[in-house]
Amino acid sequence: MKLFNLIRIALRALRRNKLRAFLTMLGIIIGVGAVIAMVAIGQGSKKSIQDQLSTMGSNMLTIRPNSNQTAGGGARIDASSVQSLTLDDVQAMQTQSQYINAVSPAVQSRGQAINAAMNWPTTIQGVNPDFLTIRNWPLKSGTSFSNEDVNGAAKVCLVGQTVVDNIFDPSDDPVGKIIRFNKIPFKIIGVLSEKGENAFGQDQDDIILAPYTTVQKRILAITYIQTIYASAINEGSSAAATQELSQILRTTHKLNNNEQDDFTVRTQAELISTFSSTSQLLTVLLAAIAGISLLIGGIGIMNIMYVSVTERTKEIGLRMSIGARGIDILLQFLIEAIVISITGGIIGVLFGVISSKVITAILSWPTYVSQSSIILSFIVCAVTGIFFGYYPAQKASKLDPIEALRYE
Amino acid sequence: MGVEIVKALKGVSFSVEEGEFITIMGSSGSGKTTMLNILGCLDKPTSGTYLLDNVNVKELSRNELAQLRNRKIGFVFQSYNLLARTSAMENVELPLLYNPGISTSQRHQMAVKALEAVKLSDRLDHLPNQLSGGQQQRVAIARALVNAPVMILADEATGNLDTKTSYEIMALFQELNKQGKTIVFVTHEPDIAAFSSRTITLKDGKVIKDQKNENIRSAKDMLAALPVNNE
Repeated sequence: MKLFNLIRIALRALRRNKLRAFLTMLGIIIGVGAVIAMVAIGQGSKKSIQDQLSTMGSNMLTIRPNSNQTAGGGARIDASSVQSLTLDDVQAMQTQSQYINAVSPAVQSRGQAINAAMNWPTTIQGVNPDFLTIRNWPLKSGTSFSNEDVNGAAKVCLVGQTVVDNIFDPSDDPVGKIIRFNKIPFKIIGVLSEKGENAFGQDQDDIILAPYTTVQKRILAITYIQTIYASAINEGSSAAATQELSQILRTTHKLNNNEQDDFTVRTQAELISTFSSTSQLLTVLLAAIAGISLLIGGIGIMNIMYVSVTERTKEIGLRMSIGARGIDILLQFLIEAIVISITGGIIGVLFGVISSKVITAILSWPTYVSQSSIILSFIVCAVTGIFFGYYPAQKASKLDPIEALRYE
Repeated sequence: MGVEIVKALKGVSFSVEEGEFITIMGSSGSGKTTMLNILGCLDKPTSGTYLLDNVNVKELSRNELAQLRNRKIGFVFQSYNLLARTSAMENVELPLLYNPGISTSQRHQMAVKALEAVKLSDRLDHLPNQLSGGQQQRVAIARALVNAPVMILADEATGNLDTKTSYEIMALFQELNKQGKTIVFVTHEPDIAAFSSRTITLKDGKVIKDQKNENIRSAKDMLAALPVNNE
């Protein structure tokens, strides 16, 4: 009841000075608005950098057999000829792993792709439908092959742009056409979008993708697999996924504790470190901007409240003479400061959200308003109100009623 | 701040009975203001006692003094001290907001009653700058009345007003006094004292005169006797 009265008193006092209340609020509005908009821009850029990095396969893990098995006279044989990785390994990963969301076995072979009179030396890679997810590789046209195609070793394929350019006329639509790879006919059901060269100058579009069963049975005549590709659920869990996959493979390969791994798991370490240092930089930058804006808003509140204590000395004297205690005056000023900062905070949040939408609409910058930035700036704002409102409020409550009444 | 101790009041002793209308007179420097501050519980005497409604003020803390002012005293100031940009109604309600025992509906009723008592029931929503000086002072009197105090303390309450309006305000005080309100009026104008029932005169911190007024003038009659302005 008492507090309710004080809130009423504070609100009436604010209403009497709408312009002053608004101007004080403006500092907070701009502070919070700037924080929300800045963080939204930052998060947006972070997200778009993240997306770009993941199209480069920053969360991709590659598992290959170790090539330290020796054949005959001590010469180490090529890893692709080692037969230690099997479909059982892939299945074990699919069922047991928590840190990966897609796994694909892979076998590959080089050969000649032929369409009518045109031919082109290229690589055929046998994979499962998840491979496109792992590589973040959308189709330009057509459809991907299905699990049924894998089970039935269907003679279907997806072709990269470089292959299309070399064995088709520009006017031809390759989807639905039959090409031959090492004399085996494949029906093209889709064309991969262009990925360009990778960091080492290799043309990533010079490829044909087919169900791995088809490549195993009809081209290579093998039952083992050469490589396993997997994608970690996000960049941050690559290390955990590496550990986990090693453990799974050691179990399926029945390795004793004293035996070395007969496989290697590789991550895109360079990409990941670029990613994490970029996002860390952005986070620090944004936190600094946010902190400074809110500090300025808070000092604005303190400044106005402080001036207003002096300006309202006579009012304070009157209130005291008609029975307001020191604590009543203190709470009144504190409530005024909190009401200003919280109202300013709410308007600031709206202002920030709207301006980030406007920034996206006009400049087409990606923005992303995160819930945590709203909650955080709101809390900081309320705390600022209490913190910076307390000192002037305390000053007001300490006034001597006689002197305050006589103040001109 | 000097170290010299100034004794503003020396050996002052008097009592105010319920229903009296007292004026405290004195020139500047006579200790009038200190007297007012002590009577109004804004200040405590360094020695001696002040009993207000049988409460010894000297023993009270700052907060208890504030509460005492809230319940037992109504102040009327020379410069009205109304809150700007605040309606007459809200100005009068102000003392009641610092009294947690009073509900919102009670508060409204009491404020309306107090404004009726000063004949301003048709000005409830007017802001101070929409009211004349006399009307503003009447709002201030209503604010002093609203908590049903044991004593109304007026500090040069007519000092800012012209003669006619002063008489109006004094007529109002006399009427309130007739209804049983105890009024202590601090002033330096001798003709104001003529409206009260008793006058205490201070000089250099001492009471030099304390006499009952046998011939109380009626402010209402004075007002009626004023020449009417027909311009």
